[in-house]
Amino acid sequence: MHLINNRKSHGESAFSLINIMVMILLIFIVAYPLWYILVYSFNDAIDASKGGLMLFPRKFTLYNYVVMFNDSSIFMAFGVTALRTIVGTVTSVFFTAMVSYGLTKKNLIGRKIYLGLGIVTLVFSAGMIPSYFLIKSLHLLNSFWVYIIPALFSFYNALIFMAFFRGLPESIEESAQIDGANEFVTFVKIILPLSMPIIATIALFNGVGQYNDYFTYILYITNNEGLRTMQNYLYQVINSTTASQLTQHMPASMAAAKKTSADSLKYASMIITSVPIMLVYPFLQKYFVKGVLIGSVKG
Amino acid sequence: MKANQLNISSQSKTNRLIQNAYKQRYLLMMVIPGVIFMLVFNFYPIYFAQIAFKDYNITMGTNLSLAPWLGFTHIIEFFKSPDFANVMADTLGISFYKLLIGFPIPIVFAILLNEIAQTRFKKAVQTITYLPHFLSWIILGGILLIWMSDSGLITNTLYHLHLISSPANMLANAKYFWPISVASEVWKEFGWNSIIYLAAIATIDMEMFEAARIDGAGKFRQIWNITLPSIAPTIVLMLILAISGLFSSNFDQIFVLRNAVNASASNVIGIYVYQQSFMYNRFDYATAVGLFQSLVAAILLISANATSGWLTGNSIF
Repeated sequence: MHLINNRKSHGESAFSLINIMVMILLIFIVAYPLWYILVYSFNDAIDASKGGLMLFPRKFTLYNYVVMFNDSSIFMAFGVTALRTIVGTVTSVFFTAMVSYGLTKKNLIGRKIYLGLGIVTLVFSAGMIPSYFLIKSLHLLNSFWVYIIPALFSFYNALIFMAFFRGLPESIEESAQIDGANEFVTFVKIILPLSMPIIATIALFNGVGQYNDYFTYILYITNNEGLRTMQNYLYQVINSTTASQLTQHMPASMAAAKKTSADSLKYASMIITSVPIMLVYPFLQKYFVKGVLIGSVKG
Repeated sequence: MKANQLNISSQSKTNRLIQNAYKQRYLLMMVIPGVIFMLVFNFYPIYFAQIAFKDYNITMGTNLSLAPWLGFTHIIEFFKSPDFANVMADTLGISFYKLLIGFPIPIVFAILLNEIAQTRFKKAVQTITYLPHFLSWIILGGILLIWMSDSGLITNTLYHLHLISSPANMLANAKYFWPISVASEVWKEFGWNSIIYLAAIATIDMEMFEAARIDGAGKFRQIWNITLPSIAPTIVLMLILAISGLFSSNFDQIFVLRNAVNASASNVIGIYVYQQSFMYNRFDYATAVGLFQSLVAAILLISANATSGWLTGNSIF
């Protein structure tokens, strides 16, 4: 169907122009702070503190990063974060998908009860202290598994999986059952391969959640510094006030502190911490977006 | 034979149940772990919540039966304490302003973004504005701690624009805490929150817009009469969720930005519970306050849901 009048009115042209300008302004407001940090972190600290850094490093240097990577505990923190993100994501996605698939089967004994329990968990939670007592009585305090086990299942994610599974044709499952496969085999061999889009989405959500979490360490880990995550390491960094304070655990710390500054080291640490997310993000943006949409249409 | 024909009805209900359970044993083995998980991690903590009504101290460990029963003493103490007004004001105040400012912006942004004809530019805007959602509050908090400090980037700019009276650390000033909390959260989330509205707008029939254009309707009229009514159900749904979150707060954000000086403005209920338990060791009192919060939040969610269902026919449950 063709428009009778294809020319834009003056009003519409003006609107489009202003709209584009607004969008450019928004891009600037969102992106520039992050760009600024990147630039500052790659700039010589003494030069940077004079101010006026805008779009590109004035005195390029990798020194701030060299100092940060001289801290062995940053590698420890990265290892903990990588491990919890991978293990936590794989286990939670598999576990939640498995339970959700079972919950879509209408012949499941007690199905309505389980769904009812799940809804209750969405509405009410006992709170921080009761959870603390629970974790304590499960002996998960100061353990790596406190990052994994409490994150295994979320009814919110289960609802998203269930909505997806309901969209799959029943004929596939029926033919598997005729061939003698039980529900678990059907799930692993047929349903999972067909569910890659939703698995990717939930895996990304859970992965980002694991990666960005910092409060679990603060709340549940009191005497095991080896379990510090990247976020908690960064938390320490941003709360330090001087470069010497920041570098006290590093070799040749005093010499290091003179050629850099607290701000430069903090910015370098922020960039280091956000690199994994930045790398993954552009490729997987569409999965995130899809997830939001599916999550909102919980049939 | 007669005995066989009567076989089915002569079995007791329990026997049939066990038989059916055996038939679906794999299915049950897939689901029961999830049920156990919910019982352990969501329902069992309620047992520990009883200390909200008791006189508990840490020396009792997990032996809760040692603690004498106090009834509603703790929660009444909270209601009567001078902290109550402060906590309520901070929690509701920050949530209210986040709703007031943070709720419309994604909608407006989605509507404007939808009007962009240049697809690649539109995608670029989306990619960039969604990004802050994925950064942790440690990163964003770290940036704010530097930029809002004495002669930090933002502090200096605002001072030179005569918007603030002195270039001192803005986070060391209680009266700036609410605006900083609101503005930074909106900055972080407005792009991400617009996704659902963009999707809703995309489902609107283009013919309606063309018909309106032919009838001489300008952009604003089209948006007001077509776009907004079409996405109204989505807006209402999101509003329910937002209202039900009024009594909660962004713990991650406030924990990072909070310090001794802005404490009176950042004393939201989640932080109050954390402090009372882990700094003052008043686990029983803190649990009572925490239960109060969970209960009010649950009531808000259920009421908002019911109201929306009654008013518009749309609801979540």
